[in-house]
Amino acid sequence: MQILFACLHAPGNLPLAVECAHGFSPCIEEDPPDTVVFDVRGLEALYGPPEKLAREIERRIGVPASIAIAANPDAAIHAAHGIPGITVIAPGMEAEALARLPVNLLGAVFPERVSSQTAELLDLWGVRTFGEFAQLPPLGVAARIGDEGVLLQSLARGESHRQLRPIVDPLAFEAELELDDVVESIESLAFIVSRLLNEVCARLAAQSLATNEIHLSLTLERASFKQVPLEHIPDHYVTLKLPVPMLDAKAFLKMLQLDLNARPPAAPVLKVSLRAEPVKPRRTQHGLFVPSSPEPEKLELTVSRLRHLVGEDHVGSPRLRDTHRPDSFYIRGAYTTHSAVAEMPLPVKAPCLCLRRFRPPRAAQVIVVNHQPVRIAAPSIGGRVVMAKGPWRTSGEWWKQNQWDRDEWDVALESGAIYRLFQDARAGGRWFIEGAYD
Amino acid sequence: MANMGAAALQLRAELRSRFDVPFEAGKRQEKKQIPTGIPAIDKLTGGGIPRGTLTEICGTESTGRTTVTFALLAQTTRRGECCAWIDTSGAFDPASAVEAGVELDRVLWVNCGGNAQHALKSTDLLIQGGGFGLVVLDMADTPDATARRIPLASWFRLRHAAERTGAALVAVTRQINARSCSELQIEMSAQKPLWIGNLLRGLLTKAMSRKHYRCEAVDFIVGK
Repeated sequence: MQILFACLHAPGNLPLAVECAHGFSPCIEEDPPDTVVFDVRGLEALYGPPEKLAREIERRIGVPASIAIAANPDAAIHAAHGIPGITVIAPGMEAEALARLPVNLLGAVFPERVSSQTAELLDLWGVRTFGEFAQLPPLGVAARIGDEGVLLQSLARGESHRQLRPIVDPLAFEAELELDDVVESIESLAFIVSRLLNEVCARLAAQSLATNEIHLSLTLERASFKQVPLEHIPDHYVTLKLPVPMLDAKAFLKMLQLDLNARPPAAPVLKVSLRAEPVKPRRTQHGLFVPSSPEPEKLELTVSRLRHLVGEDHVGSPRLRDTHRPDSFYIRGAYTTHSAVAEMPLPVKAPCLCLRRFRPPRAAQVIVVNHQPVRIAAPSIGGRVVMAKGPWRTSGEWWKQNQWDRDEWDVALESGAIYRLFQDARAGGRWFIEGAYD
Repeated sequence: MANMGAAALQLRAELRSRFDVPFEAGKRQEKKQIPTGIPAIDKLTGGGIPRGTLTEICGTESTGRTTVTFALLAQTTRRGECCAWIDTSGAFDPASAVEAGVELDRVLWVNCGGNAQHALKSTDLLIQGGGFGLVVLDMADTPDATARRIPLASWFRLRHAAERTGAALVAVTRQINARSCSELQIEMSAQKPLWIGNLLRGLLTKAMSRKHYRCEAVDFIVGK
């Protein structure tokens, strides 16, 4: 297959030229001023010989333009700039076709390639056309002008072997849909979101990418907010942040549905926009002896369902805070599975006695005799204290508003239950049961 | 038909001599177990808590149920397995868990805020998803009347999911609720607390296991 390039020079009509070129090839280079070059190899089967192809390009652009077809992009560009109308240069005939073009065209088309000294020198030598420049001895040109001269002479002969520098569209993984009629139910909205998700996921898959963040924006119907000024009417936003890169449109749809069910839009929806942040997909090689763990994609969906069921802050992996404050921890929402190498089991030892906490601590009535609690009464807990050990004073962060200061006791009731009891100095000496040892 | 049966037996005998593979169809394979790290409990249960089935650990307050379950959780997380703790009443104490040797990174905690139905549904979601080595359903503070209202079908569904995914499902309760749906039942009863000086050092407790209609009991100390 013969490699051919078409150049379209349309002064003042670059957008039209680009649009026209897109109709023939996806591989388009944009060159100032007002010029596009594109690859037209293989179009003979559709449009016939290059002359017919050039006429078709001229017909489609619809505005005055110079069109040139040649075997290399630079020859096509020079011909389009220097020869009005249609020019078709047969392969190997570039030097003859370009011979009559003025030599200053080299500087006009590619100003970055021709320095002012070179242009002056060529003028002093009396070189006026491409043909005259091409006939100069190459060794002499190299000795007097250097690499720049060698390059320019090869351009004047129509010899070039460079590749096109195609326009690359910025990768945008977005989709939106404006609706003729408003959508009121979540079920109907899910169909639209599903379509957009499939579209965006297909684009991500085409680029071998995945996503870890999805933004859904719903434009709401203004008429539903009669009392609110238009500029204060908010759009409804949903953001999914995933702990691992995923590309599962069905899972995304389910997670968005769960979120929309939990926080439905305040008014009917007029427009739906979806955007995904592209990231490299997750690639892991599991070891043979590493214990299996939940699939991150499936687990994320399960955790979303659990959050919907029990509440946003009630699911996750607990982490202790670096403090002595009792019951101080936080929940790390994004639970991720680990594929660490299996460790050896714990050495056999006597297990420590664990505490089951009451959240919040239960207020208790305590009878104290000789500085010892002898009887306690609290909701569903009560009885005579058979053994009490304490007090253990604990306090801290006195420089903060929420400092703690309390005396703790371990008490065993006659029922056999053992509790941790504390008297809070910050709460006026009130007693609380913190939990039960179990 | 008799000839075919004899031929099948002969074929099996020949294959058995060549390959070390059991050919007896329908023979139930012995379940793997997770040791708790407490010698008395491991001896009582014949090696630990079985995987792929439902185990109940029950007892009243301060009988050592949570301590035994934390020991099991510590052993499982230290093996690199992911675990889930479905906490019906929100009593999970991360500090105690760390002291027992639990790696919190590998624990997914679901706090159901006192709602037993949510706890059952959460357990179902997690165990059906698969991939967890141990799933604990903590209903130790759930009132007996509420726990008794859970239908056997729910327990059976959970056990079936555990069998399918191979996870060890442990229910911590006040009394035996799953009855025939649980393969192993460990009933805990406290004997007395152990005080050394001014410190509560542990608890002398008794564990009784019920497995395949056999009962065994052992006394042991939980605490340092």
